[in-house]
Amino acid sequence: MFFWSLVLIAVGIFSSFIYGRSRIKLNSKKQGTKSKSLPNYYAQYVLMWCLFPALIVYFSWAIFQEQIIQNIVISNFEFIEGAVYNEGLLLAEIRNVANNPSFADGKSIEIINAASHYSSLRQISQISFYTSIIIIMLLGALYASQKLKPEFHAQHTIEKYIQYILIFCSSVAIFTTIGIVFSLIFESLRFFAEVSIFEFLFSTEWYPFIPIREGQTAAEGSFGAVPIFAGTFLVMVVAMCVAVPLGLLTAIYLAEYASQRVRKIVKPLLEILAGIPTIVYGFFAFVSVAPFVKAFGQSIGIDASPTSALAAGMVMGVMIIPFISSLSDDVINSVPQSLREASLGIGANKAETIKKVILPAALPGIVGAFLLAISRAIGETMIVVVAAGTAPNLTGNPFENVTTVTVQIVVALIGDQEFDNPRTLSAFALGLVLFVITLFLNIIALQIVKRYRERYE
Amino acid sequence: MNNSIAKEKIISLRKKRSLEDMRFKYYGFTAMCLSLAVLVFLLYTIFSKGYTAFQKTIVLLEVDYNQEVLKLTPDSSDEDMEKGKFFRVKKQAIENFFPDLSKSDIKLVKKLFSTNVDKEIKDYFLDNPEVINTKQQIWVTAHSDVDQLLKGNSRRDVPEDRRKLNDIQLSYVDQLVEENRVKQVFNNFFFTKADSRHPEIAGVAGSFMGSLFTLFTVFILSFPIAIGASVYLEEFAPKNRITELIEVNISNLAAVPSIVFGLLGLGVLLNVFGLPRSTPLVGGSVLALMTLPTIIIACRASLKAVPPSIKEGALAVGATKTQAVFHHVVPLALPGTLTGTIIGLAQALGETAPLIMIGMIAFIPNIPTGLTEPSAALPVQIYLWVESAERGFQEKSAAAIMVILIFLFMMNAIAVFLRNRFERKW
Repeated sequence: MFFWSLVLIAVGIFSSFIYGRSRIKLNSKKQGTKSKSLPNYYAQYVLMWCLFPALIVYFSWAIFQEQIIQNIVISNFEFIEGAVYNEGLLLAEIRNVANNPSFADGKSIEIINAASHYSSLRQISQISFYTSIIIIMLLGALYASQKLKPEFHAQHTIEKYIQYILIFCSSVAIFTTIGIVFSLIFESLRFFAEVSIFEFLFSTEWYPFIPIREGQTAAEGSFGAVPIFAGTFLVMVVAMCVAVPLGLLTAIYLAEYASQRVRKIVKPLLEILAGIPTIVYGFFAFVSVAPFVKAFGQSIGIDASPTSALAAGMVMGVMIIPFISSLSDDVINSVPQSLREASLGIGANKAETIKKVILPAALPGIVGAFLLAISRAIGETMIVVVAAGTAPNLTGNPFENVTTVTVQIVVALIGDQEFDNPRTLSAFALGLVLFVITLFLNIIALQIVKRYRERYE
Repeated sequence: MNNSIAKEKIISLRKKRSLEDMRFKYYGFTAMCLSLAVLVFLLYTIFSKGYTAFQKTIVLLEVDYNQEVLKLTPDSSDEDMEKGKFFRVKKQAIENFFPDLSKSDIKLVKKLFSTNVDKEIKDYFLDNPEVINTKQQIWVTAHSDVDQLLKGNSRRDVPEDRRKLNDIQLSYVDQLVEENRVKQVFNNFFFTKADSRHPEIAGVAGSFMGSLFTLFTVFILSFPIAIGASVYLEEFAPKNRITELIEVNISNLAAVPSIVFGLLGLGVLLNVFGLPRSTPLVGGSVLALMTLPTIIIACRASLKAVPPSIKEGALAVGATKTQAVFHHVVPLALPGTLTGTIIGLAQALGETAPLIMIGMIAFIPNIPTGLTEPSAALPVQIYLWVESAERGFQEKSAAAIMVILIFLFMMNAIAVFLRNRFERKW
């Protein structure tokens, strides 16, 4: 379906363009006047009218087809009195049977009926999809071809359309933000309808189990996210303890001491460090660092678990080093040369100049860089998923197993997802917290950096 | 008298200060070297853990393609050949693998072979149907446990109950080595097969294709939108609050954690729009939204780098603003925008968390052929293998990391090449 619709659209683009070009030439010849714009603009005009309505139909069809078909199938389903149905499971079963007839063995008759209903609806939908796309393309081209007269200003219209397209492109970023905010808030509200927001934010018990059967109170889950926040904080602190000194000192060395040649070699190497996918760091933490941390813990008499906050945090720190060093490098380089020269001129040596003049001058920018790094550390997922563990543990001991917000989101959403229980929905509530905190850190950091830049520009 | 004491004081103070200066310099130097040492150590770890995955262990097996056992005749049709009883041939071959095997030992010997052996015996026969009623010496794939043992990845000096192979199996393996009936060759499965439950026949071809399809989607979606957005913001946008809002939005979006984009994909693309789960189409869309800010920022920088005189020249000879921008400014900025896009794609290639959210973590044992088919992706494949308890998957994950790093390296090399080749200094 996907391939053939692309072919259809390509044919539409090509033929409408050719048609528009030849038609306007013909029309202007007939009237004996020159057209107001070049023939290509008329061709583009026809093309746009042919393409865009069809694309809108295409996407809305792709988006809503499955939903509508499912609703029809479910509303026509022969429910048996007294039996309890789970809509999601039922639909999955119907789809399975419809896609592979071999699954039909042993399924009840109403499911097989629904599956054949489903397949026939899909077929109808496919056929009407192609016909409606073709009709809409033709209608669009027909509408546009009526305007193909030499006195019509095709270029003006085209340029206006191009403006609309560009504005649409720029607003994709806004739609994305709106989509994030709405999906997070919507699902979180469903979560908070079942779990009180105070329990979520202030209680220290995180047992995201849900009763399997009705009335099974013993297994009632509790969703107090404090241990998760604490674990995130602990890993973040360890990471910053590694990244801040290494990153900042590297930046100072590169900006103030290193020769041009060293800079030319080291900066790309640090960029490699920055470009390595985080799952690779996760592998590194799991294979090399975690066993080392465990052995180290045992050698000093601490019982370290095989996955620990320390291992995950250290590797995360390494990941953040290039981030801090490149941001701080920029900041240090933008400190005016005159400050440096003044300090050196009254007899201070380089270290004193850096410590007493440059760093204080660059401090706001460096703080901004740290805040951005913290937000990176909080939002980092793969390292902690692989190396930090999943047990909610309210502890300050970095040798212990802790869990983070991102890990819990992944854990809640791996495997079968059913959007009617708080365990799955808790991922969205945690995501909302994550989003708000990182957004907050970013806005502050960007403000600080911006003000700092303005001061020296 | 006083003078010399003061002088000495000054000298010692100066010494102290310059010592401090040196020390500070070396702190910086050490920090830099430490960061780079970690990089080297990381690459070394990956290489040393992963290089063995490019080899597989094969065992020499004597197979008797007897027509009675196969239930075939020399002039059976191709269709019948497909239905031959190859599992019986294999059973027989394993029973005769060592002379005088007892029943319990046959079971143990069977575990030295990969589950893929049935298929290999069959494929060999289908390729050479004339071997019917002959005995053939065929090299077949060994089980991952044998493979790991011979590569030295699993140790034989641990107690028997903590080993995958027991003492009897170990002695058989040793016998095979002695008789030269086992050897290591290039592991073609790693590059031609998709994921599998059995490490010895698991490969990256499926997830590689999945990643390619995903990147294709990212490119198709993000490149035009990013160019449109950056052209608008750079050339056309009026200076007003809406424009400012868009700009703030883009810079904030660039720093939103990737997992949140995964939640967006799950909550909106899958649940509201009902797009198919686990597919490169959805994965690519999510990653496109995620990398869009990065690409827009790069595109704007390269548009900014085109001198205004070019646009003004075009305007002066009567072009409209749209013509000046699209005929003159955008083509000149194109290499820069492409570079930015490739760097954005490289970022998207390594991204794992959003893909897990939209279900690309499902076990997919075949190679995807389209955008709307369930598929894996390289980074998620690495994650699955890292998490797997089976020992044989660890070298696979390291090898898959090598593949992804080489892929990344090539993309960056192309970006650098484009930049050096086409970028003009005005």
